[in-house]
Amino acid sequence: MSYIRPKIRHPETPINDIGYTRKNYEGSLSTLCAGCGHDSISAAIVQACFELNIEPHKVAKLSGIGCSSKTPTYFLGNSHGFNSVHGRMPSVATGANMANRDMIYIGVSGDGDTASIGMGQFAHVVRRNLNMLYLVENNGCYGLTKGQDSATSDFESISKKGVPNPFEAIDLCGIALQLGATMVARSFSGDKEQLVPLIKAALCHEGFAFIDVMSPCVTFNNNKGSTKSYEYVRDHIETLGVVDFVPMKDEITTHYKPGSSQEVTLHDGSVVRLQKLDEDYDPHDRRAALDKLKESQEQGKELTGLLYLDPDSKELHELLGTTQRPLRSLTEEDLCPGVNVLEKINLSFQ
Amino acid sequence: MSHAVNDFVIKFANVNGTGSASANTLFAKSLFRMGLAISPKNIFPSNIQGLPTWYEVRVNGDGYTGRRDDIDIMVGMNPQSMAKDIKEVVSGGYFVYDNSKPLDLRLMRDDINFIGLPLTDICLREYDDARQRQLFKNVIYVGALAAFLNIEFDVLTKLIHDQFKAKEKLIGPNVHALELGFQYASDNFQAPWPVRVERIESSKSRILIDGNTACALGAIYAGATVAAWYPITPSTSVVDAYETYAKRLRIDPGSGEKNFAIVQAEDELSAMGMVIGANWNGARAFTATSGPGVSLMSEFLGLAYFAEIPVVLINIQRAGPSTGMPTRSQQSDILACAYASHGDTKHVLLFPSSPRECFDMTVASFDLAERLQTPVILLSDLDLGMNDWISEPFAWDDSRRYDRGKVLSAEQLESLEQPFGRYLDVEGDGICYRTYPCTHPTKGAFFTRGTSRDPYAIYTEDGSLYVENMERLNKKWETTKSYVPAPSFYADNGARYGMIYYGTTAAPAEEALDKLANTGIALDGMRIHAFPFNKEVENFIKNHEMLFVVEQNRDGQMQTLLVTECGVAPSKLKSILNYDGMPVTAHVIQEKIRNALPEIDNVLPLKSKTIKN
Ligand SMILES: Cc1ncc(C[n+]2csc(CCOP(=O)(O)OP(=O)(O)O)c2C)c(N)n1
Ligand code: SF4
Ligand SMILES: [Mg+2]
Repeated sequence: MSYIRPKIRHPETPINDIGYTRKNYEGSLSTLCAGCGHDSISAAIVQACFELNIEPHKVAKLSGIGCSSKTPTYFLGNSHGFNSVHGRMPSVATGANMANRDMIYIGVSGDGDTASIGMGQFAHVVRRNLNMLYLVENNGCYGLTKGQDSATSDFESISKKGVPNPFEAIDLCGIALQLGATMVARSFSGDKEQLVPLIKAALCHEGFAFIDVMSPCVTFNNNKGSTKSYEYVRDHIETLGVVDFVPMKDEITTHYKPGSSQEVTLHDGSVVRLQKLDEDYDPHDRRAALDKLKESQEQGKELTGLLYLDPDSKELHELLGTTQRPLRSLTEEDLCPGVNVLEKINLSFQ
Repeated sequence: MSHAVNDFVIKFANVNGTGSASANTLFAKSLFRMGLAISPKNIFPSNIQGLPTWYEVRVNGDGYTGRRDDIDIMVGMNPQSMAKDIKEVVSGGYFVYDNSKPLDLRLMRDDINFIGLPLTDICLREYDDARQRQLFKNVIYVGALAAFLNIEFDVLTKLIHDQFKAKEKLIGPNVHALELGFQYASDNFQAPWPVRVERIESSKSRILIDGNTACALGAIYAGATVAAWYPITPSTSVVDAYETYAKRLRIDPGSGEKNFAIVQAEDELSAMGMVIGANWNGARAFTATSGPGVSLMSEFLGLAYFAEIPVVLINIQRAGPSTGMPTRSQQSDILACAYASHGDTKHVLLFPSSPRECFDMTVASFDLAERLQTPVILLSDLDLGMNDWISEPFAWDDSRRYDRGKVLSAEQLESLEQPFGRYLDVEGDGICYRTYPCTHPTKGAFFTRGTSRDPYAIYTEDGSLYVENMERLNKKWETTKSYVPAPSFYADNGARYGMIYYGTTAAPAEEALDKLANTGIALDGMRIHAFPFNKEVENFIKNHEMLFVVEQNRDGQMQTLLVTECGVAPSKLKSILNYDGMPVTAHVIQEKIRNALPEIDNVLPLKSKTIKN
């Protein structure tokens, strides 16, 4: 996996502003099934990081257990990765982030990893507004353990075994909104045009950015009757509009007709621009987002796009009041009070 | 009833939540300042208000700090428990009570002294405020005890001054309350009693502190920056104290920002995940918990063992299994911690016996965890953690550097001759080099996982590579033995039989060794400080015909661990156990050993050594 940058480059290979090619953002070869939605998401992450000029080593990739959780091996080979235990990525990411607030944290999880075994940790990492991108590769089943229904599987959706699911689905976007997530979006692994700008916005957002990506499992849940198959998602997708991500340094050139577009400026000065299909939709309105989700669900549609964004959110370090310096960079001089103070402490216990 | 000077046990029976704790501490601390050995024990319910609590103080002039259980003096302030409290006093002892209301005659005994103090009446006369009437009652009985027990009044007033330095208004009324009690006792009774204290002059400086505060200070001094935890008795005060001191000592002077982060997690799984994440990313992080928390952390401990991530876990043991007796002490997580998690795992354990060791061993935990890249579990218990103990003062050497272990810097990565391999045993000690994330743009990145991998951290299902890695972990375990603290020997004089103990069993065990020796039974004594056991532990066992392993659990967990890890015949290690939740006493240990000896003598005749020769 250690990656050696090729010395000779094809003259036409595009390089980004910090001199890296797309290849520098790739990982090792995927071992997932051919056609698995998860691989497209890895590609979208690669593209987003390349285009954002992120130095790969400044990213930490974390995951739980599952096919989805394996994917951090398949992107950003020059980043440290951590494949932790099933459902517990949020806590490991929290600790890692506490140690060094200067890095970028990408957490990848599955619907089983998040909505079942990891539901508790998911709820609490949302509440803490940890500065990270949390991406769920949602296929409505447990891929790695051979296709059991997951908690995001829709009511009466039929898996490969042919049995309709008797339980109501957990809508992770709805839950994230209710728990106070400061960026919430939904997308589809097959819609890179939408997914890449959303990932970029999430990486620049200061706070907890949640993206639920419908990502079909071709092996266990791509059959007729399943609401998580490629065909079904394509036929039922509804989008809130096109999301554009404009980095801080770029000038905004295109102009849209007023009312149909809305701009949100992020902490770092980048702009997320929404070309809205529904003029009345306001991505700063948490309640409207919840209503819209419910409405689409009732109409049997798969709502995608940027559902909610709070650009003024306060992430965990701010909430705790920790130093601006990475805690891990502090040394004995910063941390150890020394013998004189200890003598005084001794005195206070005499 | 001993009528000796400087040798008695006094117990206070109070109602939870009535402010008795600070008065009782004042009492205990005055004796401490007079140079006596005291061992106070809080006996409290798992409840916030209204139930009985007791505070038991053994006072001793010979320096013994283990518990003793005959109650010479009972201060019975709780009508609810009075019948039981009166029964507990030894013949010839004293029962001090509030006689504002007459005592139920059926409770009277004619073999003990009833000392009635009109506490409620005095308070009604002296104070208007209901809360003050309640609180000062406690201080008044301390004043009376000063007269009865010959406590130097100046010592008490000095303590009041120290305690209320920041609230000077309260000094006068407290001293007055002490005087009220002292005066009443002197005017109405023969004082002092034959049972009393006398100052002991000593050049040694000592502190009186609980083990949990000591652990917290250790974490501060060791440079821990991340604490993740979930509240549970009796470990909560570790993180509370860490926070108190961090707010005092870890605020950036320029910005006012915190040079630490405390995260109250949603459960212990999460707390352990955070500790793992922070350590993985190069910060020193720890958690504190008790038995139920350890059970929840178990899956993650296996990950940290296998993926080789430092972890510091402070386990303040309480009585299990399950919720057990949550406010009582035990040493019953030894096996659960030694082998926590599924698969072949084993963890480094440290066993402190005093607050000073809680401090030193917490500091050592961070160095060991980073040097060995593995979890280190400090096994304290409720008795050590939540009760005050007399201890050597803390010490620190300002030239001391933290041992951050084998971590490659960007420059070192740059000058590596071979490719970096996270799990490559370069030095043959089983400990490999690691890198923190974000060290170098193109070198040193690797994938951390709980699945099997090759020396370059690449996933593999190759059985032989898996075995190689597991064998290397065993090699690291061997290396560990040279890093963990060696045992200490209380007596190693070539006796036939030995005694082995650890943690809070040390004080009563060593007292028992003394007392047994005084009656002609001389045993050698070794205190275990750490697991894995080093050579000295094995040799001590080898050099004795038979050994008693004294511990506070039902199943003889340390005995099992010694049998398993040192390959000793189980019959050679005889368990001496006490696990009712109260700290074991020297008396119990002595008696159990005395009873066990003849039986063993039948098995091992006195001349066995010479016959073999
Ligand atoms: C504690 C624990 N229980 C069960 C498993 C087995 N397991 C591995 S992956 C998985 C489900 C993964 O589903 P999901 O997160 O949706 O990922 P997918 O494979 O669908 O991408 C399960 C149950 C495990 N690894 N750990
Ligand atoms: S089983 Fe499903 S989720 Fe797993 S790799 Fe194959 S297609 Fe993807
Ligand atoms: Mg899934």
